[in-house]
Amino acid sequence: MNKNGAKGARNAAANAALLVFCLMYLSPIYIIVVNSFKSRAEMYTNVLALPQTLTWEYYAGAVQRMDFINVFKNSLIVTLCSVAVIVVLCSMTAWMLVRTRTRLSRFLYSFLIVTMLIPFQTVMMPLMQEMNSLTKALGIPMKNSLGGLVFMYAGFGAGMGVFLFHGFVKSSVPVSLEEAAIIDGCNIWQVFWRIVFPILKPTTVTVIILDVIWIWNDYLLPSLTLTSNANKTIPVMTSLFFGTYTIEWNMAMAALTMTIIPVIIFYFSAQKHIIKGIMAGAVKG
Amino acid sequence: MSMKKRWFALFTVPLFFVFIVVVIIPFLSGVYYSFVSWDGLPKNPMKFVGFANYAKAFADTRFLNSLERTTVFTLITMVTVNVLALGFALVVTSKLRLRNVGRVMIFMPYLIGGLLLGYIWQFILGDCMATLGEMTGRTDLFFYWLSNKQFAFIGLIVVATWQMAGYMMVIYIAGLQSISDDVMEAANVDGASYWQALFRIRLPLLMPSITICLFLTLSNCFKIYDVNLALTGGGPANATEMVSMNIFNEIFAKSNYGYGQAKAIVFFIIVGVITMFQVRLTSRREVEV
Repeated sequence: MNKNGAKGARNAAANAALLVFCLMYLSPIYIIVVNSFKSRAEMYTNVLALPQTLTWEYYAGAVQRMDFINVFKNSLIVTLCSVAVIVVLCSMTAWMLVRTRTRLSRFLYSFLIVTMLIPFQTVMMPLMQEMNSLTKALGIPMKNSLGGLVFMYAGFGAGMGVFLFHGFVKSSVPVSLEEAAIIDGCNIWQVFWRIVFPILKPTTVTVIILDVIWIWNDYLLPSLTLTSNANKTIPVMTSLFFGTYTIEWNMAMAALTMTIIPVIIFYFSAQKHIIKGIMAGAVKG
Repeated sequence: MSMKKRWFALFTVPLFFVFIVVVIIPFLSGVYYSFVSWDGLPKNPMKFVGFANYAKAFADTRFLNSLERTTVFTLITMVTVNVLALGFALVVTSKLRLRNVGRVMIFMPYLIGGLLLGYIWQFILGDCMATLGEMTGRTDLFFYWLSNKQFAFIGLIVVATWQMAGYMMVIYIAGLQSISDDVMEAANVDGASYWQALFRIRLPLLMPSITICLFLTLSNCFKIYDVNLALTGGGPANATEMVSMNIFNEIFAKSNYGYGQAKAIVFFIIVGVITMFQVRLTSRREVEV
């Protein structure tokens, strides 16, 4: 009895300690959120306290100056389109590379994996030069366009995507199913989309999650390509905002809070998938 | 072309086309750019200078300092991230009732992204710290960290750790969960204490996860840019400028396109060598297991 009581108390204390630690761990986010509602004077007198009144004016100002609705829309379009393109191209390629046992397919796979080593900083400048000349030569705007950005994300996401799908096809997609479908009269295209692609779902989820986190938050690539304000994504606009209004912390914090909220909503609505997806990606990566 | 080859082309050519245009052509032309002197303006000619850019890079103290700084930063952050992440993982895989809450909360910073995290902490380590100093009178600890060279550097380590620890925790959780209960039960029956079981059984079995995490932190830290830009901008007086930022500034701020690209190639070689070494190490371990 006594022993159980002591154990219970210890457990409660451990739980409480964990909770306190976690709250402290996230305190920077708390500080940003509470101060986004305070007036300047209130902020500097007590930076840690809850706001006495809720001032929404900084939010209104930030929405307007960041052109938030439009910027949010741009981020959403770029992220969704890029992820869709990456999933389609990578799953098709990975499946074909696994099922074709030739020297060429082995070479193509190793080529993709080895070139994953190339850091973005090594290709950023030449990529921009190439995109400039492509724009001039073809008349298609590759720079300063959301479409061009999606195209580039498809290229940078190719290695990881093919790697993850390749591993899954090799280990968990039975060839017998595909053979049966071919006997039933399906062509290769139908075999892939009707039989194989649905089986790939766990890896598709992993790829979607890893790429959404990457592309939504990515700064350097869009900052190099998107020059006009109308095309900017959230991180690029945030950095522009900070470059211009750093001293106005209240508005800056309102802007930060607004940009974090969509991420947190995404996190809580897909939390299980996200953690599982990361685990699956990590075990293979 | 046979039917089979046509299907192969249909499934693989689109991806390889995009990949070659976006990654391979820029990489190869990047090697070329590293041998020229050019200010980035299309109307100005590129002058071929051979290995002069590389020679210049290895005599450039600002570049060498940033390399050294990045190495120190990477080594320290690898330790802090992994110790913290492993600790978190052990706590949130225990039988505590709030373990899932802990897992969810600690992972959260990773989702926010380096640039925003940098700006958030710019306030915390700047104005917020200074205000706290005035309130508490402890101005030796609470002051404007970002205007002090050492403390701005420590700030980078703090923020990078805060960003990555949750991610690595998830990988350690996956590793810990793959250790079978039988092993732990056997250790219990044999009378092993918690710490004995941890150091003699769980950690050795966790080696694959540890290797993955060390590698991921290593390459993430070495390539760090967003946090660097948003938190310190390389300042004060370039004291926290990391390699990525040095390369970026050389190319786009100082308009030394050829010279900056030579640094970018050196950067690639360093990253490549580290990764090769790491892959070697990992695959050898896997054979043993």
